[in-house]
Amino acid sequence: MTNHWIDLKNSDAIFIIGCNPAENHPISFKWIEEAMDKGAKLIVVDPRYTRSASKADIYAQIRPGTDIAFLGGMINYALQNNLIHEEYVREYTNAPFIISEKYDFKDGMFCSFDEQEKTYDLKSLAYELGPDGKPRRDNSMKDPRCVLQLMKKHFSRYDVDKVCSITGTKKEDYLKVAQAFCGTGRADKAGTLLYAMGITQSTHGTQNVRATAMLQTLLGNIGIAGGGVNALRGESNVQGSTDYGLLFHLLPGYLKSPEFDNVDLKSYIDKWTPQTKDGRSANWWGNTPKYITSLLKAWYGDNATQANDFCYSYLPKRMGSYAYNKIMDKMLAGGLEGLVCMGMNPAVGGPDSGNARTALSKLKWLVTVDLWETETSIFWKRPGVNPSDIQTEVFMLPAASSVEKEGSISNSGRWAQWRYKAVEPVGHSMSDLWIIDQFFKRVRNLYSKEKGAFPEPITKLAWNYGNGHEPDVHLVAKEINGYFTKDTTIVDKDKTLEFKKGDQVPMFKYLQADGSTTSGCWVYSGSYTKEGNQMARRDQSDPTGLGLFPKWSWCWPVNRRIIYNRASVNTAGEPFNPKRALIAWDGLEKKWKGDVPDGPWPPMKDDKEGKYPFIMLPEGHARLYALDLKDGPFPEHYEPMESPSRNQLSRTQNNPVVKLPKNVSSDTVKFPFIGTTYRMTEHWQTGGMTRSVPWLVELVPDMFVEISESLAKQKGFRKGDKVKVTTERGTIEAVVLITSRLKPFNVEGKMIEQVGMPWHFGYAGTAKGDSANMLTPSVGCANTSIPEFKAFLCNIEKGGSKA
Amino acid sequence: MGMSRRQFLQGGALAAAGVAISGKPGEASVDSPVTRIKGLKASTTICPFCAVGCGLLVHTKNGKVINIEGDPQHPINQGALCSKGSSLFQIAVNEKRLQKVMYRAPGSDRFEEKSWDWALDKIALRMKETRDKTFKVSELNKKDNKEYVVNRTDGMAFFGGAGLDNEECYLWSKFSRAMGVGQLEHQARL
Repeated sequence: MTNHWIDLKNSDAIFIIGCNPAENHPISFKWIEEAMDKGAKLIVVDPRYTRSASKADIYAQIRPGTDIAFLGGMINYALQNNLIHEEYVREYTNAPFIISEKYDFKDGMFCSFDEQEKTYDLKSLAYELGPDGKPRRDNSMKDPRCVLQLMKKHFSRYDVDKVCSITGTKKEDYLKVAQAFCGTGRADKAGTLLYAMGITQSTHGTQNVRATAMLQTLLGNIGIAGGGVNALRGESNVQGSTDYGLLFHLLPGYLKSPEFDNVDLKSYIDKWTPQTKDGRSANWWGNTPKYITSLLKAWYGDNATQANDFCYSYLPKRMGSYAYNKIMDKMLAGGLEGLVCMGMNPAVGGPDSGNARTALSKLKWLVTVDLWETETSIFWKRPGVNPSDIQTEVFMLPAASSVEKEGSISNSGRWAQWRYKAVEPVGHSMSDLWIIDQFFKRVRNLYSKEKGAFPEPITKLAWNYGNGHEPDVHLVAKEINGYFTKDTTIVDKDKTLEFKKGDQVPMFKYLQADGSTTSGCWVYSGSYTKEGNQMARRDQSDPTGLGLFPKWSWCWPVNRRIIYNRASVNTAGEPFNPKRALIAWDGLEKKWKGDVPDGPWPPMKDDKEGKYPFIMLPEGHARLYALDLKDGPFPEHYEPMESPSRNQLSRTQNNPVVKLPKNVSSDTVKFPFIGTTYRMTEHWQTGGMTRSVPWLVELVPDMFVEISESLAKQKGFRKGDKVKVTTERGTIEAVVLITSRLKPFNVEGKMIEQVGMPWHFGYAGTAKGDSANMLTPSVGCANTSIPEFKAFLCNIEKGGSKA
Repeated sequence: MGMSRRQFLQGGALAAAGVAISGKPGEASVDSPVTRIKGLKASTTICPFCAVGCGLLVHTKNGKVINIEGDPQHPINQGALCSKGSSLFQIAVNEKRLQKVMYRAPGSDRFEEKSWDWALDKIALRMKETRDKTFKVSELNKKDNKEYVVNRTDGMAFFGGAGLDNEECYLWSKFSRAMGVGQLEHQARL
C-alpha cells in the first residue's frame, strides 16, 4: 500500500477492483464505512457480486481478465473529459516527456518486437534526451511525441462502447463508475484504489497494476491522504517476507540479487545503480552502493573488507528465471533433489496442483516446517497414490505459532508491529527462528569438519545472535536496522554527528558504502535505534487527525506513513487540499510539517535544493509511460490465455511476450465456461491454518463450486448436487452452490457463464475437499510470473465419484 | 446490567491497561471489572492471518492460553476481529497441532517419531550432500558463449514464508544465499 488501512477514512471515493475487502480483509471495512459515513462513494468492480459489492454505491460486473480494458477506458474517459489533475500531471509525472521517434504501436503490438525471443527492444521505446542528457520535455504537453499525447492516442481506442463490449459491463454501470471515480481528479477530492489478486493473477498482471497506478496518477491521487494505489496483501507478513527478499530476483530491501554478469561488486553497482543528469532528481536508488555494502557487512561481518570486495563473490549469481513455476517445472522433470517449505504448501497453493504433487514425488528429500500436517507434508499418502512408489524422504517439523514466539510482522500498510511470546510452543514445536538457526549451525559444523563445495560462504557467515537456546530476536532486529562498525563522524548539513563503533544507525541516510555500517535490510533502518525497538511502540496519539498514528509501531521507510507525500503539495510546498494537509512546508522554520516527507529537501520550486517528488525513479517523475516492462510502455488489453472471446481491440490475442504452455486450451466446445478462484473470510490460503480450527470448520465445512441460477437451470442442477469441474489440467468434485451473486457475462452478444470456487481446500486437516488449483493453468504474468488463477476455461457436469 | 459493547470494550481496555501501554506480558489488574480475565496474564499480539495487522490480547494462566480477544487500544481494529482473527485461540489450543518431529522413510507408508537432533542432523547432511553434488561454480551463457562464475546450488529450492516473522525471514534469506540457493521463492509469487 502507498497509504495504509486507517487512511481509507480520508477518501471521497473508494474504488475496489480485483479485491474483496469485506470478505478477505474484513476489518478494513471499518475504515471504508467511516469514509462512507462522511459521504464517500464506494465503487466495486468485480466478476462476482461479492460481500464488498453488496455494500457498494455502484457495482459494475467485469469479465475476468479484462481489467486493462476497463481501466484503459477510465483513463480515456479522464483524458477526453479533461478530468485529470493537470498541475500534478505536468509537474510530477512524465506526461510532458518526449519519447523516441522510433516509438510505434500497431494492432496490439509495440515496435521492435523480436518474434523469436518474444521480447521488445526497450531501447527503441526510451525517452528522447536533450543535449544536457536529461529527457526532453514540452511543458505545454502538446507535442505529438510527448507522453500525454501518445497516451491519449493509445487509449482513444478504449471508448466506452468498445470497453463494455470487451468487459461485458453494462454501459450505464460503466459510466457511473467512470464519472464517480474520475471526479476525484481535483485538488479538493481524494480517491483511493484498492486491489489484490484479481489484478495481479493474470498474464498481464503487472500492466493491470500499472493501469491502476496511471489512473491514480492522472487524477493526482498518489501521495495524498485518502488516495493511493493500495495492494491489499493477503498474508500477515507477506509484506515483510517480500521486503526481506524471499524471491529469486531479490536481496533484502529490494536490492537485486546478482546476475551472472555482475562479476564483481563494482559491476553489480554499475548495473543496478541508476544514474541521472538532473540535479533536481533525488534518484534515491543512487544509494545502492551504500545499501549493498551494508548488507554484505551484515552478512559477512569482519570477513567482509574493501580488499575482498566485501565477500561479494560469496553470493550466488542467477542466470535466467527461478520463479516458482519454473522451479516446479524443473522439479517435475526430476531436476531437483531437495526442497524446504517454511510454512508453504505447494501441493495446494500453486497452479496445476496435479503436476505439483507429482513433482514433489521426484524429490529425494523434502522438509516441511508448519503448525499442521499439510497436503505437501503428506503428499506421498494422498488419495490415489501408492506410498511405496514414492521414494521421497520427508521430514515434517512442528513449528511454533505466532503467540509462542517473539518478533515483528509488517502489515499491508508497511507497519512493522511487534508480537510477544505469551506461552511456550506446544509439544516439541519450535520457532522458525530456532529451526533456521539449527539448519545453519549444523550445516556450518559439517563444512568446518569435512571437505565440500566452496565452504567459505557458509563458514565465514556472520551469525552472532547470543548464546541462548535460540537466536536473540532483538539482536537479529538490531542487525537488520544496522550499526556502525567503527567510530564514525558524519557531517549532515550544519550538524556534525559522532557515532561510536557498535552504535545503532539512526536511519538509512547514514548508511555508508565503505564498510563502516551494516544493515541487513536498509528499508528497515530506523526500526531499532538507540531509542529502542520502534516496532513495539504503542502511543495512540494522532496529531494530524488523519489517522497516521506516527508513534504506533514503526513503518518503513523512515516511519513515513504515506509514501510519495511530496506529491500532495504544489511546487511551493502548499497542500493541494488544505483540509487534508498531509505535509506542508513551513517557510519560516524551513522545514516540513506533518507526515515524514519523502526527503528533507525544500519544495520543488526552490531552484537550488528542491527535488522532484517521485524519488525512487532516476527522472524523479511518476511514469505514465514505463521504460522497463517486458510487455511495453502502456498497458494494452489482451485476452487471458484461456478465453471465450477473441481480442476485440486488436489481432494480438494474448500478451505477446508470454509463452503459451502446452496444457492450456481455449476450446469452448469442451470448456464453455469461465472458471475463477477466490477466497473467503472463514478460510485462509491453502487452508492449513483454518481447516483444522473447529470454529471455522463449522462455518464452512466443505469445498463448493458456485454458479448462477441461469447455469443451474440450464444444467438441471439443484442446490447441494455433487458436480465435477474439468479443465485441460484436471478434474475436481464438489458440492454445487447456486447463487444470484454470479451472473453470466455478455461476450459479443453471447451469454457466457462463470464457475467460481474457493481454493482453500485439500486432502489434509479436519475439513477436506478437492483443491481448485487442480484446475488452474501454470502460466504467469510477463513481468512477475504470477499465475493466471482468475481466468480460465472449464466445464461443469453433474456426478463424479462422490455423487 | 445494560452494558453497551463500547463500555464493555472500555472495561477490557482498563483491565489490560498496564499491559496495553507496553504490550509486554504482564498481569491484568486485579481490579478488573471484567471477571473472566481477572488475575490472568495478558500480552499483545498481531493477527497471523491477513495483512490488515489487527491487534489482539492474549490472556494466559499457568503457561496456558485461556482467552484471546481483540485489542481495544489498537488503532486499526479497535478491538474488533473477523471470524478468523476471533479463532486465534483455537490455533494456540488445538489438538491437531503438530507436536512432534516426524519422519517418513523412502517408500514407507507411515511417519515415525524422531528427535529434533536426529532429524536436524539428517537434514543438514542432506543439504550438504545436495549442495556438494549440485554446486555450480560456473555456467555457460548461451548468448555470448562465455563461462561466468555463478557459485550456485542448483539441486535444491527453498520455499516460504509469508507466515514467518521479519527476523525469521531475514535469517532465512541470509541462510539461503549463504547456501548458494538461487531458487528461493515464496507466496508473493503466487
